[in-house]
Amino acid sequence: MGRYLVPAAWVAVAAGSVALGLVTESEQVLVIGIQVFMLAAMASSWNVLGGFAGQISLGHAAFFGLGSLITRHLWLAGSPLWTALIAAALATAVVAGVVGLPLLRLRGIYFVIGTLAMGVAVWVTVGNVRPLTTTLPLEQLRAFKYTGPYFIALGILALNVVVASWLRQSKQGLGMMAVRDDEEAAGASGVNALGHKMLAFVVSAALAALVGGTFAISTVGYYPNYPFHVVWTFDAILVVFIGGLGTIVGPLVGSAFYVIGREVLPESLIGFQPVLFGLLFITVVLLLPGGLVEGWQRIFRTRGRPTGDPPLPNTGEPGLTRGKELV
Amino acid sequence: MTRLLLQSAVSGLLVGGLYGLVALGLALSFGVMKILNVAHGELLMAGGYATFFAFTFWGLDPFLSLPLVLVGMFAFGVLLYQMPFQYLIRFETERRIKNSLLISFGLVLILQALATRFFTGDLRTITTSYSSEAFVISLLGTSIRIPWVRAGSLALAVVAAFLLDWLLNRSGFGRAVRATAEDWTRAALTGIDVRRVYLIVFGISASLAGIAGSMIATGYNVSPTIGLTWTLKALIVIVLAGLGSMRGILVAGIILGLTEGLAAVWVGPFREVVALVVFLLVLIFRPQGLFGRGAYG
Repeated sequence: MGRYLVPAAWVAVAAGSVALGLVTESEQVLVIGIQVFMLAAMASSWNVLGGFAGQISLGHAAFFGLGSLITRHLWLAGSPLWTALIAAALATAVVAGVVGLPLLRLRGIYFVIGTLAMGVAVWVTVGNVRPLTTTLPLEQLRAFKYTGPYFIALGILALNVVVASWLRQSKQGLGMMAVRDDEEAAGASGVNALGHKMLAFVVSAALAALVGGTFAISTVGYYPNYPFHVVWTFDAILVVFIGGLGTIVGPLVGSAFYVIGREVLPESLIGFQPVLFGLLFITVVLLLPGGLVEGWQRIFRTRGRPTGDPPLPNTGEPGLTRGKELV
Repeated sequence: MTRLLLQSAVSGLLVGGLYGLVALGLALSFGVMKILNVAHGELLMAGGYATFFAFTFWGLDPFLSLPLVLVGMFAFGVLLYQMPFQYLIRFETERRIKNSLLISFGLVLILQALATRFFTGDLRTITTSYSSEAFVISLLGTSIRIPWVRAGSLALAVVAAFLLDWLLNRSGFGRAVRATAEDWTRAALTGIDVRRVYLIVFGISASLAGIAGSMIATGYNVSPTIGLTWTLKALIVIVLAGLGSMRGILVAGIILGLTEGLAAVWVGPFREVVALVVFLLVLIFRPQGLFGRGAYG
């Protein structure tokens, strides 16, 4: 019985999301759906690099932005949507491979600073080179509907989940987690540390580019450098940690919690939403390093398939010994 | 062309002094406490707003309100240390860095949102009676304009760097700080109150950010979202100088400022990429930084 519970829950959530998209007449519901799916997919793609391979990247928005730039350009030039998305993912993967070479040689704190510098540099440069807003042409604007983007966002999210789940139980994923837990030890036991980090970096970038493509086709008008803004990275990280780092469901739970939490917040508290989530985030980092997923497991002591990593052995430190090493 | 180059170089030099000042505070908390405070730019933003409101409501000159900002931001730093950061000091170095990064990232969100809510998103600049005044110097046959307020902020950065150097290398408290930075367990064994050192160091770090913010609000502008850009510049400066090297920081800041100023002339819209490339080259070919001695402090 317990064996089928988790797959059944997945099927139920997926079917529910599809049904919601087909049934609803409300534009607001579709927009919220797109936001949840995009954020969840973005968080899940960050999780591949940050949660599996243990590399904290603060420049993830660069790949999201690059995906949106390429998709938007090709799409408005008249190429079919799928071609545009695939081209964006491939091109971004190549770019990630090139910038990954110097960046991934950096360790720990240097990698964090390097990726942050990359993200901000790209954001400012795109803003300088393309300062004008991009808007849909009038005839497309008239026909614009959120139903199509809703299903594309859902599809991209599904792809993200499938890739992440496959990686988690594959040999490559195992290598990534070995590098995360101890790079020296992994290298000493024959794991190609740089290769595994590179794989995580490229896969994570290509997935983020697809999400960026979704943003490009679901938004009527925006500044071309807006998707490059660091806030996309920050939201993804926030959601991953609140949900549960290194897990598959963590990013999904976190994003639903984040976006829906924003919607149900009373009017007077709207401006304070980042304050509340910031406080929640700090609390999670200090008290519950496994995020909401771990909290759930602690409360209900689910015995089925563990969704998170097995707890680390107690190292004798008081308190927070279960946090996963990242830097 | 000479004029344009020289003028850009001078602007770069002046903003470079501020990069150095911002980086001093960040390097202090990172070097001594192993706390990577990415909310350093938000502390700077707070100092900038304090100066702005002191000027707007009380007519207090931004250079005269510096002592107030210094004391106020010290108190704010102490408060922040007492709230989340002191819970990190039981960890060993690596985990302390990682968790402090995450916690200060949460602080970034909180402080930015509070600033937007209470101060609005408008860009604010302090316009004093002497704001538009500049002195002109002749160099290589052309004349260069140097605004007084920006020259003043460079002077402040130099003074702050020397005072901090004196405090760290010539005073008894400085000896305790250096011992704690090197090895806090052994420092504690020799009777140094490590928690007190951390508390004061974090306060000093915040006040350095605060006065940098005052100067930024005076010579440039302040808005709720300026923090991250300055934090990033400061991080680059620290890596350029070499982690753990305090003395090279002001020079590294000026080098970054000059590089950006000159890059703006030659490659225009791609100037940010130049700083990134310089940063990566330094990391690859000289990971101990331009002025660093060892690998890690």
